[in-house]
Amino acid sequence: MSMLMEKLAYYLAFPFVRYALIVGILIALCASLLGVTLVLKRFSFMGDGLSHVAFGALAIAAICNLSNQMLLVLPVTVLCAIVLLYTGQKQRIHGDAAIAMVSVGALALGYLGMSVFSTSPNLSGDICSTLFGSASILTLSATEVWLCVGMSVLVLAIFVLFYHKLFSVTFDEDFAQASGIRVRLYTLLIAVVIALVIVLAMKLVGSLLISALLIFPALAAMRLFKSFRAVTVCAAIFSVVCAVVGLLVSILAGTPVGPTIAAADIAGFLIFSLIGALTRR
Amino acid sequence: MGTERTENILLRCQNLALGYEGVRIVENLSFDLAQGAYLFVVGENGSGKSTLIKTLLHLRAPLSGTITADAGLRRGDVGYLPQQNPVQRDFPASVREIVRSGCLAREKHRPFYSKEEKRRAEAAMEKLGVAALATHCYRELSGGQQQRVLLARALCAAKKLLVLDEPVAGLDPVISAELYACIEQLNRENGLSVVMVSHDIPAAVRYASHILHIGHDQHFFGTTAEYLASPIGRVFADPEGGGQL
Repeated sequence: MSMLMEKLAYYLAFPFVRYALIVGILIALCASLLGVTLVLKRFSFMGDGLSHVAFGALAIAAICNLSNQMLLVLPVTVLCAIVLLYTGQKQRIHGDAAIAMVSVGALALGYLGMSVFSTSPNLSGDICSTLFGSASILTLSATEVWLCVGMSVLVLAIFVLFYHKLFSVTFDEDFAQASGIRVRLYTLLIAVVIALVIVLAMKLVGSLLISALLIFPALAAMRLFKSFRAVTVCAAIFSVVCAVVGLLVSILAGTPVGPTIAAADIAGFLIFSLIGALTRR
Repeated sequence: MGTERTENILLRCQNLALGYEGVRIVENLSFDLAQGAYLFVVGENGSGKSTLIKTLLHLRAPLSGTITADAGLRRGDVGYLPQQNPVQRDFPASVREIVRSGCLAREKHRPFYSKEEKRRAEAAMEKLGVAALATHCYRELSGGQQQRVLLARALCAAKKLLVLDEPVAGLDPVISAELYACIEQLNRENGLSVVMVSHDIPAAVRYASHILHIGHDQHFFGTTAEYLASPIGRVFADPEGGGQL
């Protein structure tokens, strides 16, 4: 045990490990808060679809040799989030079909584009790391960390300030609108913030695994708690604990970061489900 | 009852045509809602009752015609009890959280509830007999309790008008009667005007001050006594022929 501690202390002395922990905790926190709304509004698949869109956008940015890829990825993802949220309401192409379509389209075109135009010597490595986030969390620069901290604070501030309105809009859109809450505005806000979180989370777990950060904390919390506030708080704590455990395990055991965090979330969810099943009887 | 108060009109609808995307469901709909009135909106399925409610709440625009609201009736002053939506069946929310959310319309820019709003929510729960359930989970309540919770939420929002969309749908007769009693109490004691969509014509005849019957080709609007005397009312409210909706 003490050897493990020593090893941990040794790694924590590196700034990049500390950066990874800070960023991991913040992203996990933001993702879990939004995840509650996403799951309850039946938008679970939206996170998944958007992460694929972000991957496609990233591929295009890489092809165009953009120096700052976020400049393309962020607006494209935000735009798609808005489009998907509104098509879900209008029902012309049914919400889940639209998401599936956009998601698989972006994935295919992104990969195709990268394989045709990319000049990188290690193409499959690049793609694998974008999809599963293998090492990018450990290669963050100080600027990226600050950017991430700034965005997270923004997301948290939005969530706290509009908490009650988000609750009302999530629970009962018609009532909220009838009482004069601007539902479309808040739906837009949710879409933008989801897109922000997804772009941030790509660094941590890669684009294929983002949904794990969004939905597992909310689902786990809903096994045990019955009020919106308790679920939100529990999801946040759950998510941060899983992210820290996942990161530490991956550093100590040398496993890939994204899948390890996702595995921690899955394990946590199973434990919560078990406790939920046992206490209900 | 009601007629002596008609000088104070809360809502006046003139020649409304309702529907969506060019499909007209209702045409030539005109009626007044007086302060303190208890209006039942009845009619067959698909006749446009719910569409009318959504139009009154500004959730959609009328295809043509006008709705004139009393100057004292602002948009957020209406308490609305919608039909249940499927999301709510497994939503983790406590009764208190839901009832408080009815207060949101009043203070647009404050992120948290004030003491006054919290007190309002407690009073509303007290009034509808769900105060003891405040910390319970909404999805674990019975159908009747859930409707009371939503009614308490509507009460938090309502200053002058309650709009209820089939509040007793799916409830057994005893629970329905209790809910009707609650609503009548809110109408009498709190002076709230009530607009209720319902299939329950016997209840309409018993509780309403006014009835709006939306038919496929013709509508009826008038007091309950006038409704019972009208040709359309005689068909639908007749005990022998009733309940055929």
